[in-house]
Amino acid sequence: MIGLTHYLAVAAILFTLGVLGIFLNRRNIILMLMAIELILLAVNINLVAFSAFLGDLVGQVFAMFVLTVAAAEAAIGLAILVIFFRRRGSIAVDDVNRMRG
Amino acid sequence: MIALLAFYLFATLTIASSIAVIFARNPVHSVLWLILAFFNAAGLMLLVGAEFIAMLLVIVYVGAVAVLFLFVVMMLDIDFASLRSGFTRNLPFGIIIALVLLAEMIVAVFAHKAGPALAGQPIASPRVPNIVAIGQLLYSRYLLPFELAGLILLVAMIGAIVLTHRSRGDVRGQKVWRQVDRRPDEAIKLEQPAVGEGVKL
Repeated sequence: MIGLTHYLAVAAILFTLGVLGIFLNRRNIILMLMAIELILLAVNINLVAFSAFLGDLVGQVFAMFVLTVAAAEAAIGLAILVIFFRRRGSIAVDDVNRMRG
Repeated sequence: MIALLAFYLFATLTIASSIAVIFARNPVHSVLWLILAFFNAAGLMLLVGAEFIAMLLVIVYVGAVAVLFLFVVMMLDIDFASLRSGFTRNLPFGIIIALVLLAEMIVAVFAHKAGPALAGQPIASPRVPNIVAIGQLLYSRYLLPFELAGLILLVAMIGAIVLTHRSRGDVRGQKVWRQVDRRPDEAIKLEQPAVGEGVKL
């Protein structure tokens, strides 16, 4: 029988993979954004699993809010990425410390 | 039995495709693996009866966010090979961090199991459909956060447009204010030309 622990384990592995992705792709900011999406997906799986196994729908409502924030973050992050690339011709994160005003 | 099989299928595919997201050499492949991961996570959520969130995941993530990523990856002419230079250098440290994090979270899961909060409670069988229940909650107790979520999306939309919009010099765009500002006396000239003579423009 599938229990809450199974879902928590899947979410933990997904979260860890997201953090690992941020660490490994230190220079590629698009992959870093994708790793952040993975982390938020893990959070959503946790929220939904707790909501289902505790019989309380509030978790699913908050999963929806997390989804909203994730979508907004992806849109703004990619917009910043596009203007950064337009200015500097690269997306290497190491160069970002040159960005002033 | 089928639920068990489906859970392991979805869980394995989610984890495998998120590994592929991180390790794929081509960022386009990364985005495609991300889409697969989202689909399988939606399947995981369907299994516990969260139908609305599962469908929302497919619509929002696959339909909007992943396509946005795909557009940006393909639109920008980026030398991705040079961006992978630090990959092997960061690998040992990153794996150590990931293992520590995973161990911590597994300990947390078992600590949670040890507590009295819940011990294998069955899934509550809902009397109303999932979407109806979420709607009733969302439009009553969580109306203000719901509206604020809409406001966040509006701000994100305006922000993305303002950030990426630029006025280029080499295009002749429509100048709406000049069209609106035009008055009849400067736009139209009434002439009564004599027979045989044209109108001088």
